[in-house]
Amino acid sequence: MTTVIRVENLGKRYRIGLAPQKYQTLSEKVTNAFSAPLRAIRRVQAPKADGADTLWALRDVSFDVEQGQVLGIIGRNGAGKSTLLKVLSRITEPTTGSVTLRGRVGSLLEVGTGFHPELTGRENIFLNGAILGMKRAEIERKFDEIVAFSEVEQFIETPVKRYSSGMYLRLAFAVAAHLEPEILVVDEVLAVGDAEFQKKCIGKMGDVAQQGRTVLFVSHNMSAILRLTQESIVLEKGRLALRAPSSEAVDYYLSAGNAKAGERLWEADEVPAESAPFRPIALRVRDEKGNVVDTVRSVEPFHIEMEYELAAPITGLRVGVYLTTARGDQVLTSFDTDDQKRFEKHGARPAGRYVSRCTVPPDLLNGGRYTLGVNASAYRVRRYFMDEQALNFNVETSGAPGMQWPEARPGVLRPRFEWKIETK
Amino acid sequence: MNITKSSVRSEPDTVVIRPSKSWTALNLRDLWRFRELVYFMTWRDLKVRYKQTVLGVSWAVLEPFLTMVVFTIFFGELAKVPTDNIPAPVFYFVALLPWGLFAKALNTASRSLVSHQNMVTKIYFPRLILPLSSVVAGLVDFLIGCLVLVGIMAYYALTGQMQIVLTSALLTLPLFLLLTLMTALGVSLWLSALYVQYRDVGYLIPFLSEFWRIISPVVYSTTLIPEKWRILYALNPMAGVLNGFRWAILGTPTGPDMSLAVSSGVALLVFVTGLLYFRRMEKTFADTI
Repeated sequence: MTTVIRVENLGKRYRIGLAPQKYQTLSEKVTNAFSAPLRAIRRVQAPKADGADTLWALRDVSFDVEQGQVLGIIGRNGAGKSTLLKVLSRITEPTTGSVTLRGRVGSLLEVGTGFHPELTGRENIFLNGAILGMKRAEIERKFDEIVAFSEVEQFIETPVKRYSSGMYLRLAFAVAAHLEPEILVVDEVLAVGDAEFQKKCIGKMGDVAQQGRTVLFVSHNMSAILRLTQESIVLEKGRLALRAPSSEAVDYYLSAGNAKAGERLWEADEVPAESAPFRPIALRVRDEKGNVVDTVRSVEPFHIEMEYELAAPITGLRVGVYLTTARGDQVLTSFDTDDQKRFEKHGARPAGRYVSRCTVPPDLLNGGRYTLGVNASAYRVRRYFMDEQALNFNVETSGAPGMQWPEARPGVLRPRFEWKIETK
Repeated sequence: MNITKSSVRSEPDTVVIRPSKSWTALNLRDLWRFRELVYFMTWRDLKVRYKQTVLGVSWAVLEPFLTMVVFTIFFGELAKVPTDNIPAPVFYFVALLPWGLFAKALNTASRSLVSHQNMVTKIYFPRLILPLSSVVAGLVDFLIGCLVLVGIMAYYALTGQMQIVLTSALLTLPLFLLLTLMTALGVSLWLSALYVQYRDVGYLIPFLSEFWRIISPVVYSTTLIPEKWRILYALNPMAGVLNGFRWAILGTPTGPDMSLAVSSGVALLVFVTGLLYFRRMEKTFADTI
């Protein structure tokens, strides 16, 4: 096999501005204003090697990608995924290490970049194609195909400022998709556009891989990762944590960061400053008897509880959970003040420590792995805190309806329906 | 690299990305590979510039023409600034063409990186293309202006207000045009790269273009400058450009001499250091913009 991408000890350091001093007298401000340009120049000339104001977005990352492989890249926000893609597409230079690429890198980060609203669809295809690195002859050859793919034939001579956002996006994607790079980088753009169009995009990605080209696929959607890739890498705080078959990598990613099974605790420094006065303390899953567990039985009720502290009173507060499958498909959302009467009673909460607890009825969820997220907000006023992937737990189905047939039963729910069988 | 087999149609380029040394060579190979982009960006600038305007491309003519009229009234008629015995409108218009080219570059090319932030942070391409295509787009206005100049001069010749003597000096015009472009691009490279980091440049540009016009012989002739200050005066490369244009077209006594050598030297210096500085800062554009 040919190695198409070789990443060796890649590192990227960013300089982050130090927080400004809080109090400054006017004279300090004036002297500061005058010395600022000088300091800035000195900073440019002699960058400090390492310090409090630098951040390694990537550190010592090494991996190879073979030709024709579809590699998933997963990691939490800030893990370095975007930085990695930016280095690979040559937008920004690495601080250390090297990348060897065989062939052109096309990225779907760049959909529609360089489109000019005043120009017609036709003109933008040529302009955007050239920006993405296509030759004029190449664009002319693929022009009809691009137009057909984008489904905007009748409007091709209309300035794109008159396009709907969907048309605009389709045209932009069509150009990017026809770049035919040897290496394609896809970054969650699939989340946009209607379902029909998304299907087309996924199809296009499959085609690209079939033609022996290499795809890097970045997503937060674990079902998409599992569906489209065989192998994935997991990034954690800029470092390569794991490279493994995708199912294993997804499992690792989903279980990483949990202090203890069945419980998620938030340290003070993990909570963003914007959350104040709300401070999350813990999210727990408890079984019927009240033990903290990471596996619950589907035939028994279980409890989800959120412990938190309010440093100041909040009005209109609702604290709730999101339930999704571990693969990212949403199951439900529920808030502690969904009930109108309870909202009137607890909508305004004085400062203090609280626990919001709910009971999930038996015979609701199917077996499998689930993810709990947390949301604390005041409707249409403010979102205090959100963590969409706070805690994972398993549901086990022994004793559930239909267990006499040991087959995997698709679906998120496993309810016990009352069936009646009558003779007619 | 470990290449055992190549199965993709034509042999794909191998690119190695690594931290570059502080002062790297110009990446001319990439610039050549992206040459069509210069054409497309220039074409886009021209195409878009006069969209949704009533007068359209006539703006390219109107702008220098109206400036010339104002200059003629206030500097020529009222202030009676000497124009080397050339009818004032012709005298001004000849200088306004290269000056317009330079001023437009200053205004658009210097802002080109920041105004294309989106492209800079999302796609790889040689960043040099942005200021370069902005400067090239100005050339079209310049050429249209040249046609108008021919018209104005024909009018003055036919009405007997001036004599047109075409000399071989006219053949040096392309060289002076080159000097204009080099100055314009050099200054734009410096300013556009600085603008990425320091937004102060945005405030500096209008002031700079106003100031620069006053220290350049646009509304007056270099012959007003005392002999002993001429060399100092020529440190402004645009002085060399404007003198050259007037000498080549109108035969004013501002032909090539020591001053022109100084102007050209300064222009070259600005251009080369501009390229180097731009190249050096290029790698951090996407991070700091």
